[in-house]
Amino acid sequence: MRAGVAPGIPALSERVRATTPRWRRPALVAAAGIAALAAALVTGLAFGSVSIPPSDTLAILAHRLLGWPVAVTWPASSETIVLELRLPRVLMAMLAGGGLAVAGATMQGVLRNPLADPYVLGTASGAALGASLAVLAPLPVGLLGLGFGQLLAFVGAVVAVALVWRLSRASRLGSLTGLLLTGYAVGSLLAAGLSMAMVLSGAQLRQIVFFLLGSLATATWQQVAVAAPLIIVGVLILAWRARSLDALMLGDETAAHLGLAVARERVILLAFAALVTAAAVATCGLIGFVGLVVPHMIRLVVGPAARPLLPLAAVFGAAFLAVADLLARLPGELPVGIVTAVIGAPFFLLILRRVRTGYEL
Amino acid sequence: MTELRLHDVAVAYGARTALADLELTVASAERVAVLGPNGAGKSSLLRCISGIVPVSRGMVTLDGVPLAELGREAIARRIAVVPQQVDLPFAIRVEEVVALGRIPHERSFRGPTAHDRQIVGEAIQRVGLDGFVGRDARELSLGERQLVLIAMAVAQQARLLLLDEPTVHLDLRHQVQVMDLMADLNDREGLTIVAVLHDLALAAHYFPRAVLLDGGRLVGDGPPAQVLAPDRVRATFGVDAAVWMGGARPGV
Repeated sequence: MRAGVAPGIPALSERVRATTPRWRRPALVAAAGIAALAAALVTGLAFGSVSIPPSDTLAILAHRLLGWPVAVTWPASSETIVLELRLPRVLMAMLAGGGLAVAGATMQGVLRNPLADPYVLGTASGAALGASLAVLAPLPVGLLGLGFGQLLAFVGAVVAVALVWRLSRASRLGSLTGLLLTGYAVGSLLAAGLSMAMVLSGAQLRQIVFFLLGSLATATWQQVAVAAPLIIVGVLILAWRARSLDALMLGDETAAHLGLAVARERVILLAFAALVTAAAVATCGLIGFVGLVVPHMIRLVVGPAARPLLPLAAVFGAAFLAVADLLARLPGELPVGIVTAVIGAPFFLLILRRVRTGYEL
Repeated sequence: MTELRLHDVAVAYGARTALADLELTVASAERVAVLGPNGAGKSSLLRCISGIVPVSRGMVTLDGVPLAELGREAIARRIAVVPQQVDLPFAIRVEEVVALGRIPHERSFRGPTAHDRQIVGEAIQRVGLDGFVGRDARELSLGERQLVLIAMAVAQQARLLLLDEPTVHLDLRHQVQVMDLMADLNDREGLTIVAVLHDLALAAHYFPRAVLLDGGRLVGDGPPAQVLAPDRVRATFGVDAAVWMGGARPGV
C-alpha cells in the first residue's frame, strides 16, 4: 500500500474499464434510459384510441407547458386529449413504475433476497383488502382527488407493513427470516380477507379484479399531484441511503463492522420503500413485475452497487410502465398488470439466457 | 497507533455468560492469536472488541478512549473485521466488494472519489487479486473469496484488523497465503492483528503471542510455545497433543 501502484501494472480504473464492455458503463446506461423515457412520453401522449401526430404532441407540450410561440395548427380536442387525459396518465405510469422499481430494488437489498418485490411485506394484500372493502361498503368519502377505494388501499398497505414490522420484532428467528415469514403470514391472512370480500362482492367482483390487475385509466392531475410528492421524496431518501443498502448486502454483522447503525438504517429503508409502494398501489392498483424485474435488469448491466442501481431503476421502471400502459390501452384498456407480465417475463428470460458471463443472478 | 485494552470485561447473552473477568492489552502493531475450544468465547471476544456486542461489565478502550463513546462509523475507521464468509445475494465483481470497505469513509450522496478508487486498487494489489478484477466474487473459490474479504478490510484503512478463523475452510496453500499476508501486513504496515484461530500449528508458526480462552476466561497469554504447553492443551482441549516448535513449520 505504501509503495503505491507498481510500475507496469495498470491502475484499477483502467483494469475495470478493460473488463467492462462500453455499454455497461452507468453514464451510457443512464443516457439510454433518459432517451427511452422521452420516447415513452411522446408515444404515450400521441397514441391511444385517437392518434395525434407526434409533431403535434410535441408542439402542444412546447406551446402550453413551455410557453414557446408555436403556431396553433391542431384542433382544441387534441390539446384536451394530450394535456388533460394522457399527460396525467403517462406521468402517473412513470411515477408508479419508477417508484415500484426503486422500492423493489430496496426490498431485495434489505432482505438480501433476489426474489423479493415491493409487495413482499404485505403491502399488496393490505392494499387489495382495503380497496375491496371500499367496493363492499362504498362511502362517498374522498380526499385530494382520491376516491374512497384509493384511500383505503393506501391505508391498508401502510397498516399491513406496520403490522408485519411490529409482529416480526417478537420473532425469535434471525431478523430477516422472521421478517419475511411474518410478511408471508400476515399477507396470507389479509389475502383470506380479500377472498372473502370477493365472494361477498357479487356483481362488483369486476371492480376488485381490476384493482388486482392494476390500471392507470383513472389517473387525473389531482392524483398525480398527491402521489408525486410521496413517490419522489421517498425515492430521493432511498437514493440518499444508497450506502446503507450497499452495506446491508453483506449481512447485519458485516454492515455494522462497516460503520452502519443496522437497525435504524433498515427501518428507514423499509419504511420509505413501503411508503412509495403504498402511494403507487393506491393510485394504480397492483401492478406486478416492474418491481421484481427492473432492478435485476439494471443489476445485470451495471452491477449491484446501489448508487447507480436506484436512479437507473427509477428511470427504466418509469419508461417500462409508461410503455406497458400504452400497449395496454391500444387494444382498448387491458389491465396493465397483464401487459407488464407479458412483455416483462419473456424479456427477462431472454436476458437470463443471454447473460453468461460477468453478472449473473 | 492503536492500543487496545480490555479491563475487567464480561459479556453475557441473556443469562448465559460468554466472557468473564477478562484483562487484555494489545499494543500497537502486535500480532495476537486467540485460541481455545469451541464455545470458549473466542468469537464473543472479537465481537466485544469490535463493539457489536456490548460488554455487560468492564470497559474496552482504544487508545484510551472507551469504545462506547465512539460512534459506529468512528469504530469502523479504526477497526476492520474480516468475516469468515459472506453470502452475497447478488452477483458482484471482486472490485465492487473491495470498494464496500470504503463505506465508513464515504459521505451519503457523493459516490466514491478518485482517492477511494485508488485505495481500492491498492488493496486489491496488496492482497494479490490483480488477476481477479472483473470476476464475479461468487464464482471464486473459498480461499480466493477470503482474500477478497481481506482486501475489503485493507481498503477500510483501519489500524486494527480482527479476523475470525480466516483459514477455517481453506486448503493448505490458501491457509499459508492468508497467514503470510497477515504477517506481512503486520510487519510492513504495522497493522495490529488479532485473529481467532482453530489451527494451533498455524498459530504457533505465525504468531509471536497467543491468548488461550476456556469457558469464557483467559487461561493463557504469552508466546505460543508457553501457552500451548502439553499440560495446558490437555486441560483446555481435552486431548493429548504436543506442539513442537522446531523445524521450518511447527506441528501439533
